[in-house]
Amino acid sequence: MALSLTLISLIASACLAFVYQITKGPIEASVMNKKISAIKTVIPEFNNNPDAEMFRLPTGEGDSLDIYPAKKDGNLLGFVVNTYSPSGFSGNISLMAGFKTDGTIINIAVLEQKETPGLGTKMTGPEFKDQFNDKNPAEFVLKVKKDGGQVDAITAATISSRAFCDALQRAYKTLFTGKEWNDSAVPPVPGNTSQAEPIKDNN
Amino acid sequence: MNQLQNFTKGFFKENPILVLVLGTCPTLATTSSALNGMGMGIATTFVLIGSNVVISLLSKVIPDKVRIPAFIVIIASFVTIVDLFMQAYVPSLYEKLGIFIPLIVVNCIVLGRAEAFASKNSVLSSLIDGAGMGLGFTMALGILGAFREIVGSGAVFGYKFIKGDGILVFILAPGAFIALGYLIALINKLKRT
Repeated sequence: MALSLTLISLIASACLAFVYQITKGPIEASVMNKKISAIKTVIPEFNNNPDAEMFRLPTGEGDSLDIYPAKKDGNLLGFVVNTYSPSGFSGNISLMAGFKTDGTIINIAVLEQKETPGLGTKMTGPEFKDQFNDKNPAEFVLKVKKDGGQVDAITAATISSRAFCDALQRAYKTLFTGKEWNDSAVPPVPGNTSQAEPIKDNN
Repeated sequence: MNQLQNFTKGFFKENPILVLVLGTCPTLATTSSALNGMGMGIATTFVLIGSNVVISLLSKVIPDKVRIPAFIVIIASFVTIVDLFMQAYVPSLYEKLGIFIPLIVVNCIVLGRAEAFASKNSVLSSLIDGAGMGLGFTMALGILGAFREIVGSGAVFGYKFIKGDGILVFILAPGAFIALGYLIALINKLKRT
């Protein structure tokens, strides 16, 4: 009795190990593909491999964001930041936001959201997210109008709109607060950024 | 019962959703559009066929006392296979269905067919039963998904034919209950006449 169940489990796990092996490559490829295509919609002209040059900057809230420098022929076009907000209507919102070196927003792509269909999901549409294009958060207040900002919220989805602004603000703050970038700037190597983020190993 | 009847019973006479009202959790949750509903249905069909065939092959070997755990191991293996393949080759659909793919394991249609049919019938009958039940499930999910998509967002299979918004409630969870209720009422009415 126990033997037959053991045998069945053994065979089943062997099959699963085999399937895992053959699907591992395509799964990684599709995750990568999604990332690269999001970077492409945000800053289309790059010709480097942003994933290889990815570095992390601490948000100052105990977390860090992935930043992908987009370059054309060695010249820095801007940065694509994989940012997030925990305050979505139902779960995390994850965005890819492209910034010029002076902080101007180029374009935004929504990677992940679980907002209410038909309401909050409109954040993926051009009517909402394209209002940020070519705006610089230094003078464009990233808050919905109800909260004293300049962002037109989605009708009946203020929480989602707020979360979107929150994610953008997080990206802008992380990338530009106390930092100067110019067109030839060499992004800080990952080793340098870790100094800004003290590692606590004895707790 | 001949094999043709065995196949078609999953569509009308014993349709898992519309007549038996089994597996309503994935039904309500994944039918926000026709494509999502059918994707869920096809994933379930694959699991049903696979588990029905393997269980009917092994029905003589599996001792009666541990048959439920053995069935669950077999079903869970097929679900994991579907899960990995969908993640690899249809990532956008996989993302939309999310947690409901792993939850096929506890879908009572699958265990129900294993217990009530596959463990007592030949391999061929079990295969046909699995295919019929699975496709019947897919059909019901497709109809429900298409209805909710048309009424709720004015589109079908992602193709928008009405400008603006539909009746939003049909995309949300309460709309799933309303639509399913009316669909079952309609089927019952048709069966009586």
